[in-house]
Amino acid sequence: MNRLLLRNADDADPGGSWNRDPEGIRSAEGAGRNQIAKTGLRLFLAVVSSLFLLFLIAFIARSQMADWLPLTEPLAPLANPWQLWMNSAFLVMSSVALQWSRMSARQARLDATVIGFVLGGVFAIAFLVGQLWVWQQFVAWGYFVASNPANSFFYLLTGMHGLHLLGGLVAWAMVVAQFLRRVPLRRLRASVELCAIYWHYLLGLWFVLFALLVSTPQTYEAIARLCGLR
Amino acid sequence: MAYAEQAETEALHEPRSFLTKYIWSQDHKVIAIQYSLTALFVGLVAVVLSGLMRMQIGFPGSLAFMDASTYYQAMTMHGMIMVIYLLTALFLGGFGNYLIPLMVGARDMVFPYVNMLSYWFYLLAVVVLLASFFVPGGPTGSGWTLYPPQSISQGTPGVEWGIVLMLVSLAIFIVAATMGGLNYVTTVLQARTHGMTLFRMPLSVWGIFMASIMALLAFPALFVSAVMMLFDKLLGTSFFMPAMISLGQQLDHQGGSPILFQHLFWFFGHPEVYIVALPAFGLVSDLISTHARKNIFGYRMMVWAIIAIGVLSFVVWAHHMYVSGMNPYFGFFFAVTTLIIAVPTALKVYNWILTLWRGDIHLTVPMLFALAFIVTFLVGGLTGLFLGNVIVDIPLSDTYFVVAHFHMVMGVAPVLVVFGGIYHWFPKVTGRLLNDTLGKLHFWITFLGTYAIFFPMHYLGFQGMPRRYYAYENYAFIPQSAQELNAFITVVALIVGVSQLLFLFNLAWSAFKGKPAGGNPWGAASLEWQTPNTPPIHGNWGEKLPVVHRWAYDYSVPGIDQDFVAQTVSAEELEQMRQRSASTPIADVKS
Repeated sequence: MNRLLLRNADDADPGGSWNRDPEGIRSAEGAGRNQIAKTGLRLFLAVVSSLFLLFLIAFIARSQMADWLPLTEPLAPLANPWQLWMNSAFLVMSSVALQWSRMSARQARLDATVIGFVLGGVFAIAFLVGQLWVWQQFVAWGYFVASNPANSFFYLLTGMHGLHLLGGLVAWAMVVAQFLRRVPLRRLRASVELCAIYWHYLLGLWFVLFALLVSTPQTYEAIARLCGLR
Repeated sequence: MAYAEQAETEALHEPRSFLTKYIWSQDHKVIAIQYSLTALFVGLVAVVLSGLMRMQIGFPGSLAFMDASTYYQAMTMHGMIMVIYLLTALFLGGFGNYLIPLMVGARDMVFPYVNMLSYWFYLLAVVVLLASFFVPGGPTGSGWTLYPPQSISQGTPGVEWGIVLMLVSLAIFIVAATMGGLNYVTTVLQARTHGMTLFRMPLSVWGIFMASIMALLAFPALFVSAVMMLFDKLLGTSFFMPAMISLGQQLDHQGGSPILFQHLFWFFGHPEVYIVALPAFGLVSDLISTHARKNIFGYRMMVWAIIAIGVLSFVVWAHHMYVSGMNPYFGFFFAVTTLIIAVPTALKVYNWILTLWRGDIHLTVPMLFALAFIVTFLVGGLTGLFLGNVIVDIPLSDTYFVVAHFHMVMGVAPVLVVFGGIYHWFPKVTGRLLNDTLGKLHFWITFLGTYAIFFPMHYLGFQGMPRRYYAYENYAFIPQSAQELNAFITVVALIVGVSQLLFLFNLAWSAFKGKPAGGNPWGAASLEWQTPNTPPIHGNWGEKLPVVHRWAYDYSVPGIDQDFVAQTVSAEELEQMRQRSASTPIADVKS
């Protein structure tokens, strides 16, 4: 530290150790296009995490107000969330299929890659349709977006998650189109990999949201106390 | 395959027509210019708005159309445009886009297409924002913080259309900023050229890099609050809206928490201050080092200070909320973190001063702006210490003292760096120098003018003059002298505002008729000045990517006639330079 403080103070040692080429360090390359895309995706996932973390903090803070009517009450729509379990199963299968596709792509097995990839997307669409069906149930039961903050958050969080999956499906559709145009597998391997990573992330995120949405008010209160929000 | 090698072998989205070269361009330099011009244009709108506001404050009733609503609309738009659409966009989208690839030795951003989308989304956000001037009811007048319930309650200007357009525009802006930020961060991490280690990057890149990371993590908070407020406004939910009676009617809302909005807003809002300040810190470090012909003092300390400020800025947000009725222990915590952040910040100021010390200071226009920045930032920062203390903040809250503070520290100071940066890098962008006389005139009017505007506001604040009032007459506690001071401030503000035309004229004129600059007019050591062409052509570096052998601050190296050593000079070449400079004794610079 002393050296740091004193260096350059007297025009001495200009450049200092920065004059030497560090041995073996060729900066951060070795980074192929794939690595770059993966870094970009991971950064994006950090942004999405920040977004949902803030939504969840807002959720917990708002749940501590007196007018919150839990969706898990005996007669409320999430008392028995079997539909959400079913949708979760779709999303798990979607992730598994994409993982299978990703591993097949690594082994250069074209057929398995394509089948896994397409199945992954189809299961994701099934998940989204299932979610819409849950929304329809909510509306049918009279649980509208504005009738209670718990409902508002349910629509908001599942909606935001669904939009992110929809964005993933746009990328998925573009890759499928490339498969249809017979683009060679080695050029699509990276895209398959990126889709799989994104899907796994959204699956993990869904389970966090799912767990929170079907938790009891006591759990919310405990989390709120832990976070100093109560 | 290493990226750098790939970049040398692969053609890079080569532009083919006028349209792909200048409009739908994926070249980071063109995108940077698009970003900068758009930001300067929208900034000009904000300057005009501030002039209108000052007319009302200095000479009440002098503008026939200026009623309370118009005043609040002007105030809101002025604040939002300046903070987000001008400064954030200009520093990250403008300077970041132009400088990062050139300074780290890349051919372009790593995701050029996303980079282009980023600009077009930004432009869309600006168009949506400006559209609110033309909708029924006009833009929102809720203040730039958009606090609910006021911002979406009847009686606030622009409650029908204006606020919706504002929130939508912000959401679009955040998408644009995220696409840009992903590019800037990934480019710095993955596309640096051979030998460009992280600790050889110029501080400009460090500042923009850290600010981009912060933008990526902080803007979601604004996005969350914008989306939830849109729900409250359009779908009738009660995220932020409490039960209330408006115009004699009980509203449908109940139970929402306006304080929750404040937390979310400032969780974005405070890092935002540093999203603007960190690039300014970085750029000004390079200006000072280059124009004082001296290496930056304590480079590593400067880098760690940037990182520390970035991290700390996420835990100080509630110092904007001391008067919101929060738990006093919270206030204590946030006062402490706020004062801690002064440590790395002060460290940077000391290092700038120590860089200047015994330097060969050239009082060029960029240097004048850089020096003015140090002084201004110091003044603004010191009043920040006042306001960071709960007990001092409470009486000063909502007075002109606060207005003076934040204009000094995050209005004037970063804008001085913007000007300094433009005067400094304009020769690289256009190949021509900006006119020096006009530049100096612009500098002195702007520098002295802003002090004449904002210094008296501290005093007005101590006098108890509240902010956000539309008219200040007929209040017993505001003396006549304050009114005269307000008139004075308005006159100066108009002069400073009009004098910016000098700058715009200089930009336009010099771009075509300016003195040719050559590749490296300032004798700077960093990589962007070593491009084979000026302005750099598509792909930046010609056949081969540059190889970096040293940091960006080798100025006045002993034993060498030339007073800088470019980053691309290898140890052998340095030795040759030394031998050529035989008239001076060979100094020992082994590390």
